[in-house]
This record gives sequence, C-alpha cells and structure tokens, in this order.
Amino acid sequence: MQCQSCKQNTATIHLTEIHGGQRHEMHLCEACAHQQGLAVKNQIPLNELLSTLLAVQTQHYSGGGSDEMIVEDIECPHCGMTLKRFRKELLLGCPADYEVFDKALRPIIEKSQAQNTSHRGKVPSKVPDDTRQQIGLLGLRKKLDAAVKAEDYETAAKLRDEINRLQ
Amino acid sequence: MIPNDLSSRISKWFDGSGPGADIVISSRVRLARNLAGFEFLPCLTKQRKTDVLEKLKDAILSLDIGEDVFFVNMADASSLEQDLLVERHLISRQHARGKGPRGVIIAPSESFTAMINEEDHLRIQVFQAGLQLKECWEKINRIDDMIEQKVQYAFSGEYGYLTACPTNLGTGIRVSVMLHLPALKMTGQIEKFFNAARDTNLAIRGLFGEGTDAVGDFFQLSNQITLGVSELDIVSEFSGSIVPRIVEYEKLARAELLTKQKNAVDDKIQRALGVLKNARLISSKEALFLLSQIRMGVNLGRVKNISITTINELFMLTQPAHLQLNKGRPLDPDSRDAVRAEIIRSKLCRN
Ligand SMILES: [Zn+2]
Ligand SMILES: [Zn+2]
Repeated sequence: MQCQSCKQNTATIHLTEIHGGQRHEMHLCEACAHQQGLAVKNQIPLNELLSTLLAVQTQHYSGGGSDEMIVEDIECPHCGMTLKRFRKELLLGCPADYEVFDKALRPIIEKSQAQNTSHRGKVPSKVPDDTRQQIGLLGLRKKLDAAVKAEDYETAAKLRDEINRLQ
Repeated sequence: MIPNDLSSRISKWFDGSGPGADIVISSRVRLARNLAGFEFLPCLTKQRKTDVLEKLKDAILSLDIGEDVFFVNMADASSLEQDLLVERHLISRQHARGKGPRGVIIAPSESFTAMINEEDHLRIQVFQAGLQLKECWEKINRIDDMIEQKVQYAFSGEYGYLTACPTNLGTGIRVSVMLHLPALKMTGQIEKFFNAARDTNLAIRGLFGEGTDAVGDFFQLSNQITLGVSELDIVSEFSGSIVPRIVEYEKLARAELLTKQKNAVDDKIQRALGVLKNARLISSKEALFLLSQIRMGVNLGRVKNISITTINELFMLTQPAHLQLNKGRPLDPDSRDAVRAEIIRSKLCRN
C-alpha cells in the first residue's frame, strides 16, 4: 500500500481514528507519520475498538429497518440492561446477558477475541451446574429484596436459606 | 497500615532488581472476576455493591498470603491518597475517581492488590520486579484458588469467567510488562515495535503521562486476547518469546547508538544531568524525560556513581501526590516544581 501523504513510499503505519462515530483510516510511511507527529501514537484503545465494531454492526442492521427494531428492543429480564445501553457503555449488566444478548454479542466477541469463541484454561473447582443456577440466584435475590421491603420476614428467611444453599 | 506509609519509599517491584530489570522494569498479572448471583456493576444497586464489597473484603482479608494485607475504603480516602495509589500503579485511575462502595486490599510489599467494585466485582493483581511473569502467574493462581474457596465466581462452560466487558471474557487475565525502551525511541524504531505489537494482538501504551502522550520512553505491553487461550500459554508466550525479542532489539539499538553516535548520546545524557543537578523548577513531564535519559546512561555504563534504584526512586517520589504527601501538605503546581527540583538535586548531587 502506498503512503497517502507523499504517495511514494510504502505505507507501514496504519492508523484508525474515530471522530463522532466516523471511522477514519490513514496509511502513511514512517517519514510522513513522523512529520505529522503521529509516529508514536498509541494503539487504538480497546474500548474504541469495541465501539467501532458496534458501529459497524448497527450499520448492518439499519439496512433492514425492522431488524434494527428487534435488536434495539432487547432487554435483560434479570438486570434491566438493554442492548442499546450496552452499545453506549460497552459494559454488560449481569452474567445472564451473555445468553440474553447472545446473537448480538457473538460476532463482537469473535472479533475482539481473534475469532476465539470458547474458553480454554482455568476452571474453578466449584463449577456451577451452568449459568442457569446463577440466573436462579439473581431471581431469588430480587425476591428477597422485595420480601424485605414488604417486611415479609418469614419469606425472606426462607429465601435466604435457599440462596445460601445454592451459593 | 495506611496509604501514606507507602509515600516515602519505592515499591519493591520498581526498585531496579529482578531479572533483566534494566529493560523490563516489572511484571504484572491481573485477573478479573465476578461473583455468581450478583449483577455486574452497571446494574448493581448501592446496597448490593456494599454486599459485594463486604463479602470480598472478608474473604480476602481472611486469607494467608504471607503478609498482613490492609484494606482501603476508596469512598473514605482523600483524593491525594487515591492519587498516591494510582501513581504507584496499585489501582486504576477509574477506581480512584469512581463512585459508590468500593475499595482495595493492599499487601505492604505492594506485590499484591485486590480492587473491589472497579469495572468487575474483583480484580486481583500480582507484581514482581524484572521479567518474572511465571512467578506472578503462579502466585496469583494460588491466591485465586484460595478466594474461590470462599466465594462463587460467575463462570460458564462456554465463555469461562464472565466479565462485565466482553474484552476480558474467558480467562479474565491481563499480563503486562513495564518496559524502558529509550534506544528504540532514539533510533526511530519504536513505531515498528508499535506496529508489530498491534499485528500480534498486543496492547501497548505509554506508562507515564496521560492518554496517548507517552513521556519518558516507558511503555506497558499487555495481551488483548483473553478467550480461547490458556493463562499459561499467554504467560509463556510473553516471557519466552515476545519480551525477550523486544529486549534483544533494544539491546541492539543501544549497542548501535554507542558505536555510531557515542558523542551524541553522551551529550544528551550529560545535558540531562546538568539540568537535573541545577534546575530550581522542574515539571513532572520534564523530569520524566530527563530521568529517562539518565537511566539509559546508567544502563550503558556512561554514568557512574548513580544507581538505577536512585533513578527509579526519583521517578516514583517526584510524582505530584507523592511530593505533597511527603511534604505533609497540598502544594500548588509552582511549589511542586520547586520541591521536585530540590529532591532531584539532593539525590543526584549526593552521589
Ligand atoms: Zn510518505
Ligand atoms: Zn442482565
């Protein structure tokens, strides 16, 4: 690839910048990058990379019209996180979100994790049966909060026992 | 123990000891963990944040990790104390300036910290001087095992340890080394290094200074991929292949500078010494820049009578929060520049 600035040397420095949601790419040779004071510019921070991926994804959906509605409307029943909010803040609301937003998350995970999609490495010695148990715990805690608020101490005590048994 | 007790001394892992510490100043391994049955922080109520904080605090304070760790409640800490911990790389800036119930557990040797309620419920870190990533991993793995005996982590068979941000998913591991690469910078080869890092999915950033503006030729290199690669594979690749290669390049660049541009190098180093030994006002940016050159001079054998430990100590103790806590009062930027110049003069001229 040729340097965009001098149009002579080979471009060895490839920069991606995001301004106002727009992605700009620059391809420069070392000399020109240096001249423009860009030479020691850091790598794109992770969160910017992620927002780029998300921006690209939204563009895909906006072509379909109705698809976008479906995607934007998803809300996690356990924590209240929405896909829209995740797109803005780049943080999920609870462990169940990985299942609730599975379809939207999978391509993002693939891209940010070098196409890897499954865990290798350490496994805790106390592995929960599956995430369903964790989701169950979330529900129980919510009920417990409600019971405490309603001053229903008998139910609260039962829920507490149930939670202690599960965790 | 309180944070202030740390302010007058240098962190053990920053003292210039450890294998290869002339280039690899220190190694760090961090693990991100969340508790099962709790929402991640963005959806966690204040009450439940307190529950998470108490639960993790109790669990970790009860562990035997070989020294008496202490807890700092971030909500109660003064902003100078918060900054002190950031300057010592013990907590993130985000944690210092965050909101709500949160804290950090610190080992007095500063080889271990545990941030509670940062971006994830728990982020534990282990530090060592020089290139000692394997040692870091072994220690943090052991501590993680002990914590897991007391709490249950959010974990899925498919995705591994579940984290608030998908970029930490899987192992939740962030392996990093702090590098001093003045010769690569001077010889204009640092861009190649940046590009190579990017091509191999590594993250690199300047260690001092804000944002992308790296001051003083210090860089932090870390892995970006956390899913689908085991912790040990990541650690081995770093310590067995990636870091040694960078060290080799830096050494070559240093040798080349000495053979081809000896006078220019000596001139730079001696000018830096001249300024630092005589200045009456010096900003932290200028101090970093000049100290970095002297550090290289010491490593190249061009500066005698000054130890790397002294230089590293100056890097640490001349940062704004350190200066103020050691003076025992808040200082405006101008007074800080004067105090900084005074400390540097007294340390360098004594030698
Ligand atoms: Zn060019
Ligand atoms: Zn959720």
